[in-house]
This record gives sequence, structure tokens and C-alpha cells, in this order.
Amino acid sequence: MRYLHSLLALLVLAPVMALAAKAPVTHDFTLDNGLRVLVREDHRAPVAVMQLWYKVGSYDEAPGQTGLAHLLEHMMFRGTENLPPGEYSKLVSRFGGEDNAFTSYDFTTYFAKFEVSRLPLMIELEADRMMNLTISDEDFFRERNVVMEERRQRTDDNPNALAWERFAALTRPGSGYASPVIGWREEIGQLQPQQARDWYDTWYVPGNATLVIVGDVTRETVEPLVKRYFGKVPAGTNPVRLTPRLAAAPGERRAVIEVPVQVPNVYIAYNVPTIATHPEDFYALSMLSGVLDGGYAARIESSLVRGSGLVTGASASYDGLGRGDGLFTLSATPAPGVSLEDLEAALEAELDRLRTEPPSAEEMKRVRAGVLSSRVFGMDSLFGQAMELGQLVTLGIDWQEADRFAEALAQVTPEDVQRVARQWLVSQRRTVAQVVPPTDDVASTGDVQ
Amino acid sequence: MKQWLSVFVVSVLLAGCSTFPTSLDAVREAELGSHALAIEQWQTEAGSRVLFVESPTLPMVDVRLVFDAGSARDGDHYGVSSLTSALIGEGAEGLSVEDIARGFEALGVDYGASAYRDMAIVEMRALSDPEYFQPALDLFTRMVGTPTFPQTALERVRQQYLTGLQRQKQVPGPQVSKAFNRVLFGDHPYGHPSSGTEETLPGISREQLARFHQQYYAAGNAVIAITGDLDSAGARALAERLSNALPAGERAPTLPRAHVLEQQIISHQTFDSEQTVLLLGNQAIYRGHPDWVNLYVGNYILGGGGFASILTDEVREAQGYVYGIRSSITPMAAAGPFSIQFQTANENADDALALTLQLVSDFVANGPTQQQVTDAVNNITGSFALDVAENDDIVGQLGAIGFYDLPTDYLQWFEAEVRKVTPESIKAAFARNLDPSDLAIVSIGPEAPAIPADSGASAPK
Repeated sequence: MRYLHSLLALLVLAPVMALAAKAPVTHDFTLDNGLRVLVREDHRAPVAVMQLWYKVGSYDEAPGQTGLAHLLEHMMFRGTENLPPGEYSKLVSRFGGEDNAFTSYDFTTYFAKFEVSRLPLMIELEADRMMNLTISDEDFFRERNVVMEERRQRTDDNPNALAWERFAALTRPGSGYASPVIGWREEIGQLQPQQARDWYDTWYVPGNATLVIVGDVTRETVEPLVKRYFGKVPAGTNPVRLTPRLAAAPGERRAVIEVPVQVPNVYIAYNVPTIATHPEDFYALSMLSGVLDGGYAARIESSLVRGSGLVTGASASYDGLGRGDGLFTLSATPAPGVSLEDLEAALEAELDRLRTEPPSAEEMKRVRAGVLSSRVFGMDSLFGQAMELGQLVTLGIDWQEADRFAEALAQVTPEDVQRVARQWLVSQRRTVAQVVPPTDDVASTGDVQ
Repeated sequence: MKQWLSVFVVSVLLAGCSTFPTSLDAVREAELGSHALAIEQWQTEAGSRVLFVESPTLPMVDVRLVFDAGSARDGDHYGVSSLTSALIGEGAEGLSVEDIARGFEALGVDYGASAYRDMAIVEMRALSDPEYFQPALDLFTRMVGTPTFPQTALERVRQQYLTGLQRQKQVPGPQVSKAFNRVLFGDHPYGHPSSGTEETLPGISREQLARFHQQYYAAGNAVIAITGDLDSAGARALAERLSNALPAGERAPTLPRAHVLEQQIISHQTFDSEQTVLLLGNQAIYRGHPDWVNLYVGNYILGGGGFASILTDEVREAQGYVYGIRSSITPMAAAGPFSIQFQTANENADDALALTLQLVSDFVANGPTQQQVTDAVNNITGSFALDVAENDDIVGQLGAIGFYDLPTDYLQWFEAEVRKVTPESIKAAFARNLDPSDLAIVSIGPEAPAIPADSGASAPK
């Protein structure tokens, strides 16, 4: 029902060795039909979080069908052979639970949080809609309207969101990442019920899914229930999903995006590898991101926002946890009277510092300290723990990798950070956009009103 | 697995499809796990109220200071509370902003300050190992006790606020929220935006911030909520230390209560958007109001319960007019407005508004059904465990319980009261506290939506 633009750096900011924290008990098993199951024990409260991760997202949509993954996610709440439309959420609610779902480029995830004695019901309902979903034409078209409202609310009436969508289309051309997860407006309006049924039949099979349960549970309480309810889902045919590869530098792209903003912006993105496409540089890029914007003491805040006087606000981030190539992104708002050209130059000057000299030992230490404590703090959230497990498995990465993050980050040297800055943050990998108010010039947009 | 499969098939055949889900009965009979918090409460020498729950599993500690220092205390200088909060951490006696930021980040501490209408919060989460915790607490104590409000920081943050206000004009939501609060609260201290206005922000001086801090970040005006891996003695020492570092001073005076609107008020702002955004509402109650529990359960049924609510069922699920619609009752120290918010494609605005008003009128006139009440009570009582599962939840509950002077067994009391609610008691509570003909109807979009002709006609009182 909701979708998240991206789960930026969940692990980048949350990883590592757990100081005095005892390593949590995690069970990992697979049913005969191919469903992977992860169970994490956390007995602090009689509560559990369940997430079902499907290895399919908007990245997998065919041309002209953008928005289909997300619309199908909505339809998953619209009834099965056993349950009338809307009844899923009503049942969860009646038993004190909360539920929702999100669609991303790389995955689609359904989740519920509930008092733990409700576990059998939650598992039964989730298994039911993996196998028995019904999509009526009438219901599909009404839900399509709801999604159109969602898009109007999130994107069409928000000029920064519109600008970002257009910018993102330039950053990773020719890939599934070039279209918004919610879909292009003109295409959502043409989606058909049969496309949703085909999508469901193709992707929603147990071998393409991972069930994650975190909370006051044990393998003994979970496994029989999972076998009872998910065990009867036919294995079906596992879909073939192409593996994205590290792509060549696309060349520099520059754009002026006119939308009705009151405050102009500059967006910069570099095409960089992820943990999936080039794991060797994932950690160094994560460190680089931390040095630049890992806190209030980091360079973006201390040097640019507080130091330069050119910038009202700025941020940098690295989304290194994707299946395909990722982005290193900067965005900034100029101080009054500062041109967007000068703003861009100020951002680039910060990157130049990274390219020309290694970060200080103190900066490296700060990033590591944050990573270390986040690992402990992250254990407070059942949902966050489930996200970490589910996302790693869905990306095809061993979930135990999370426990090795601190160690791997500790291996990164200041010179490594400088090297990845020089190697990846280069003009041929860069997209720059100025986001400015419209010039009221028909010739500039050609929009038909 | 085959064995399981055949067992299941047999049970389905015997039971028939009408019993889906098969786990329903077992779950219905299951006993809910305990979720009572063992709260310790005391007062420091300097007069801060302290609430503490020991939570030893994770090696970390959460400390949250809650001051009665929200924007309701702004007076005529809208934005003073918010700027004061924003400058905590920008400098303290003997510490620059860089000292504070680097100091915390070298220890892996999460810290922050935020301000709302009632509360101003300053908080940190740190590792409990003394090697990390003691220096973190030192920094935190100095940061919150002796802020210096540097002029350069004020100018920078002020500009960020002004830019933020400008950005709010790009989108309909914040504009309609501000208009709604103006209509709903008028001159009441809740009526202006917490983040100030373009008129008031430029005139705020660092001396005003220092005075605001001296008066409202005082020990006697503070609640200290603590949870995590420390014992009662440790929490007491921590609280004393923090409380002693705060300015000496009393609790802020009680705010005047907001007035109920006595007639329908319609307000529209023209804006070039795809959707019309609407906010409807009126004052209903205040903290401690005797009808609170009945209104809470009733609101869950009407529009607070997401997909289980009447508004979502009718306006989204049946008509497809909206992505989301919800109603809420927000109990604050001096008010408790009932409100409904939704946004819909401009061409549907008239119909969606008429439908929503009709649903509210019907609900107030007829009350809920027994089934609706049973489902709502099951949800609310069944979800209490979720509200106190994580340290983050616990410290939030402690802060609210302390701030609003609730008893430490408030959650248990609330749960017991929820179980007593009936369709009749909800209907009576709504009849006493909400007249659907006296709602503020505030909107933004290209055109004002049509107001249904009889919607403002008062029912006989």
C-alpha cells in the first residue's frame, strides 16, 4: 500500500559487531517447495514482526507497464478464494495487528506486526494470498484509481518529487531503475487486470520468496506453522530473473528541470557499483559516504552548511544495497543570492577534496564508531532486524554478512576512500540537474494544457 | 511436508471453506502476553519528574528530557520555542558546535532536539558501557544545561527555517494544515505554526532564546524519561545530575483551554494542484476529559482504524476517491481536536466531501454497531503489547505519562476502560462532544468544493 523510494543505506548505517550485545539466535531453513524461512529470536516482549519478501520489483516491469509491481501489491489486499476484498487487513486489525506492504525497485514486501499469540493466523493469511489471490476486473479498476490518487498525492502535487522522478530517469538510462516505482502516470492509467494476474502467477511462487519472522518466537513455534500453511503452496516454476551487471560509464548528463518550486535545488548523482555488482568497493564507498554526510560533524554539515555560507541545506547518500548499479547522490539548496552554478561548484569542491587527499584518521574513526553503535541500536527495532535479514537475502547476499560489516569497514583505509572517489566519482558517470521554477515559456516545455 | 499437506486437506474437507481461516478459533482463545511496564517514578531534588524502566537486554540507554516548552509558550514571538530547540547542540559553555558534534559522534551517540506544540524534547541514545556512557552524559548535560545560542548559528538556522517555509508553499498539505489550525484555534497558543512565520522569524534574537531556555528548560518544568541497561540507582544518579544542570525554575503555568467552534466555518485557499486537500474538524475534548476513552474507541471505528474504519471502507475501498483518509482525536494539554484529513482528485472533491460529511453525521446520529465495537475493542486491547515492545516505545510512553501527569498504570487503566465501552456509550459521548453541523471545513485546491446545503444546519440542541 505504501512504497518506499529506496531503503537507503539501511545496512550502511546500521551494521556491525555488537559490543557487549549477545549475538541474536537466527534460524534459517527452506521448505520443500522452495520457500526460504528466517527466524530471529527476540524475547524482550510478546510481539513479533513477519515480513514476506518477493524477489520482484518495479525493476522487472516490461516497457509500457510501469507501476504494475506496485499495483499488484495493492491487489494483494483485495481478496482471495477464501477471503473477500479488504478482509485481510480487517482480520489483522481485529487481532490487534498492524499490516502494510511496500514495493521497491528490487523487491516487494508484505509485513505485519502483532502480539505473538496471533502468529498462526498471520502465517495462514499470508500463505493464503501467496496461493489463492483473486483479481476481479471491477476491483482492479477501482484500485487503479486509488493508485492514481496515491501518485497525485506523492508526486504530481509535489514539484520536488516530480523533479526527482525526472532526474532519476536520466541517472540510470536503459534500466528498470529509470522509471518510478509507482509508475509513469500515463502508463498506470492503462494497466489491465490480466497483466496483474500474469504478474502474480509468474513471480508469487514460494521459491521466489523469503519469509522473515522476528520476535518472541523459536524455530519450534514457527516451523510447524510455516509447514502447515505455506507447505501446501505448490512449488510452481521459479521465474528467471536476469542479474544486473556492472555497467560502463554512461557519459555526463546535464538537465534543467522546470517545475513550480519556490526554492531551487541542485541534484548530482554518480553511477557507482553496489554490493551486488562490485562488492570490492562497497565498503570503501560506504566509508566515503560516512565521511561526507555521516553525521552533524561530517563534511557536508561542518564544511558546506556551517562553513561555506553558500548552502542552506545539503545531503549526500550512497545506495549500495541494490541488485543493479547504484547511485552516489548529492542534493543541495543554495543560500539566498547564491547561483546554482556556484552551488554545484561548492559540492564538487568537497568531492575534489576526497579525490585529492585521504580523509583523516579521526574522520574514519568517527564513521566506524557510528556504525558500531548503530549495530546495537538497530537491535531495538524488530522491524529493522527483519528488514536487514530480508533485504540481504533478497539481494542474494548471505544475511550473516551483516555481522561482518564492522570488520570489513575497519579494513578500509583512508587511501581506499580516496581511490574510490577518484575511480567512481568521475564526470562520465555524473548526472547534474538544476531544479528551477518554470519560465512561463511554452517553447520550453511544449506541454498541452 | 506431505504429511502436513494431507492433514491440512482433511481438516479443510471436514470443516468446509466457510471456516477459513482455520487458525481463527485457536488464536481467539489464546491468552495475550503480558505487557505491563514496571515503571519507577520519583522527583529529583531540583524538582524534575523522573520515570524509569529497566531494560537490560541491549547494552544501551535512552534518556529523554521533555519540557513544557513547545510552541504554545511562544507568546507573540512565533518560532521562539522551535528555534531554541534547534540551537540546542549548536554551542554550550566551553563547547563549540564542532566539539559537541564530534564528541557525540566519536562515541557513537544518537542525539537530537525537537519541539512540538506542547513539548520540547532533548534526547540521546548511547551505549551503556561506562567508557562510552559517562563522557556521553557529560556532553549531553552541558549541551542542554548551558546552551550559548551563537549568533552565527541563529542566522544559519533562521535562514533554514525561512527556506523551509518557502518550500512549504510548493505543496498543498502544509498550507491547508496551517489554515485549519488558524480556524480551529484562532488566538489560542496552539493557533500559530510551531516553526514560526515569515513575519515573526526575522525579529527573534538570541537573547529571547536564552530567556526562553532559562524559563522553560528549567528543572521544575522537566520530565526525565530513562530506559535501558542501567539499574534504579544508576538512573537516580543520572537524573540528579541532569536535573541539577538545568536552570532552576518552576513548572510552566497551565494553558487556557481552546474554545469549541459554535457554527460551521468554511475556508478555501486557491492553489494549482491536481488534488483538493481537505481538513474538517472541531474541538472535542482535552487531556483528562471523562469521555476520552469512548471517543477514542469511537474514532477508531469511524476513521482512526485504517482499513478497519468506516471512512476508509466507504471513501477509499468502495469509491476509490482517495489513497488515504483518516480521522483523529489529538489530546493535547489544553485541547483535543477531532479532525478528518483527505485529498482527492479535483473532480471528485464535491462528492468525496459530501460522502464524508454524511458518514460523520450518520455516525454521530446512530453510533456504531455492537460488532464494530467488539472488533475495535479487540484491536485496541490486542495491540497494547506493540506499544511497549521496544526501548524506543518505552521511553516515548514514559515521556508522555510524565508530561501529562498520568498515573504509572495508565496503560492498564486505559485498557480496562476500553473493555467497558458499548455502542450506546460511544453514541452518547459523540453526541456530547461533536456536532457535525459545527465543523470547520478547510480546503486547498483550484476550486472550493461545494458544501452540502444542509451540512451546517444545527440539529436541535
